[in-house]
Amino acid sequence: MIRSALLIAKKDLYSELKTKQVLATMIIFAGLVILVFSFAFDPANNTTKAVIPGVIWVIIVFSGILGLNRSFISEQRNDTMQGLMIAPLDASSIFLGKFLANFSMILVVELVSLPFLFLLFDFKMYGGFGYLILVLVIGSFGFISIGTFLAALAANSKSSEMLLPLLLFPVTSPILIGAVQATKIILTNIEKLSSAMAWIQLISAYDVIFFVLCFILIDYVLEV
Amino acid sequence: MSANLEREKAALLAGQSAAEKASLVPKILFGTTVVSILASIYFIFIFSSIEKTMGVVQKIFYYHVASAWCAFLAFFVTFIFSILFLAKRKRIFDTYAYVSAEIGVVFTTIVLTTGPIWAKSSWNTWWAWEPRLTTTLILWFIYMAYIMIRQMDGVWDKKARLASVFGIIGFIDVPIVFFAIRWWQSKFHPIVFGNGPSQKGGGIEPNMLVALLVSITALTLLYSYLLQKGVTLENMRIKVTQYKEKLREDLEN
Amino acid sequence: MIELKKLVKQADNKLILRGIDLKIDKGETVAILGPNGAGKSTLLKVLATLIKPTSGLVKINGLELRKNQLEIKKLQGYLPHSSLLYEHYSPLENLVFFGNLYGIKNAQEKAIELVKEVGLSFFLNEPVKNFSRGMIQRIAIARAIIHEPPLLLLDEPHTGLDQGAISILNNVILSMKDKGTTTLMVTHDFKQAAEICDRIIIIKNGKVADDFRLEEKELDTVSEKYQLQVEGVS
Repeated sequence: MIRSALLIAKKDLYSELKTKQVLATMIIFAGLVILVFSFAFDPANNTTKAVIPGVIWVIIVFSGILGLNRSFISEQRNDTMQGLMIAPLDASSIFLGKFLANFSMILVVELVSLPFLFLLFDFKMYGGFGYLILVLVIGSFGFISIGTFLAALAANSKSSEMLLPLLLFPVTSPILIGAVQATKIILTNIEKLSSAMAWIQLISAYDVIFFVLCFILIDYVLEV
Repeated sequence: MSANLEREKAALLAGQSAAEKASLVPKILFGTTVVSILASIYFIFIFSSIEKTMGVVQKIFYYHVASAWCAFLAFFVTFIFSILFLAKRKRIFDTYAYVSAEIGVVFTTIVLTTGPIWAKSSWNTWWAWEPRLTTTLILWFIYMAYIMIRQMDGVWDKKARLASVFGIIGFIDVPIVFFAIRWWQSKFHPIVFGNGPSQKGGGIEPNMLVALLVSITALTLLYSYLLQKGVTLENMRIKVTQYKEKLREDLEN
Repeated sequence: MIELKKLVKQADNKLILRGIDLKIDKGETVAILGPNGAGKSTLLKVLATLIKPTSGLVKINGLELRKNQLEIKKLQGYLPHSSLLYEHYSPLENLVFFGNLYGIKNAQEKAIELVKEVGLSFFLNEPVKNFSRGMIQRIAIARAIIHEPPLLLLDEPHTGLDQGAISILNNVILSMKDKGTTTLMVTHDFKQAAEICDRIIIIKNGKVADDFRLEEKELDTVSEKYQLQVEGVS
């Protein structure tokens, strides 16, 4: 099963490498979000630094939605989704494969856009780099796993781009709350690390619960 | 054509006696709902004492809490019927889940309107980012998402299956949301029962407790009545669609 | 090879398949004919595990459809109206992907060989999105047979193809037939049905209306029997 999942992930990522369409859109969109935020909040002002943790996660959420939607819509061309369903795989392999591809893409977007954000807002990080990476990875993991699942669900609708945000935002609110709080603590008062760890534990619990849940329920979503 | 009509008349007469028995349940529900709501009004406004600090406005709390209870109950019912539908695939389960969600939206909206009214008059702020109110807000959005899935175009069993999956995911999400928000902000809402992370739990006098329980019972009965009526309506709508389809087929052949 | 007992499929209060009883032996090449909306494509989709039957028994190679989904999926190659190909990939990449998915050992070599068989070696590394309908269909049939399935399910494969593509397609089907593959082909093209198939099944209103063997390639017999069944349907 892992093998099939890796094959699907590889196919998605390789296809992405060929066209560079989605990744480019996601990164440019992240850049635009940063731009809009710099109009909305004055970058020179020191109090703006307080919103940086929130901005980080807004960027991840909105670029993520773009990529997530496309991951299943692209399978509607030539009905290739049917091709995956008649192949001797479990539905969970399809979920796992798509998840791995989406997760890799969002990590790339984060890698490119966050330094850009820090640059534009002249944000100096006071240590805690490792913890920041930890929060980013765990938060993105949870967001992308439930995101991939709900993208598969929403792909059944004709207006899937509109349906996916509607489904995704309420359900991922714990991750967003936890991730923004943890990021804030790590970036600004690193002394309160224990609270940050508590938030990270909440996010990890969410990740585990929902990853398992998605794994079990994906059969019903991808059913014919 | 006439042979058909006579056959249907016979079927109708046979069905009538069964229908008479079935119509007893909604009548009972309606009766008890009316009685209990009248009783709750009495209990709230006459029986229970006026709260010291907040005054008469506090009375809104009874329906506020009772609605919140019903909103969560409705979603729990949706959750249970979603699981049942995925296991047994009977349409009636999906109908119950959907109608329960619709009623849940109504109760959630009541909570979200009575909440700010109470908040404004007691703490002088329209909204407070505290656990229960915020969780209810997110619950409202989850309900909306569930209903939007049902508005998809497609065959009913696909919509029902997808909505049931979301019903399960949404329900499991709610406790997690609650805990997340609780850790995040917990300043305003007086903890009615037991202690919370905030300072002191407001106590509750016995007569207020009675009024609260009566309100909860009244609204729960109202919920059951609405659920039963809603399901009957939905079933009728399904039947009409089926008859139309059958007619269309007969015309074709 | 295939056994269907009282297969019923109901979708949204409409009965598409109303009790199909069918037995198809290994190695037969069967054409499924019938008016539009009779349920032919649905029948094929049920066999391809894409649609779940409402009731009835489906057995492929002795395995029950409900219980042995994975094994049954390995046994069949399905070619629907859409090509199921990834547009930005070349034929080679498409075939290697599907080959790997089905667990073929030397997917690359097999892919190159198959592309040669359908006559598209020149376009081995071109992205599929630039191909014409005939070329796409040829790669699609290659995709369907890369794992050498003992059962081939084709849904109107000759639609929209020119004579050259039709003959290449028929050659592929006949070479698979020599290897002992069972083929089920839904088609509206009587000529091709008479050419390739040795058994004709006519489906009307979700039921098997006629089922006969074809000794010589008698196109007239096919047309005659079809008209007999389909008379009166608007």
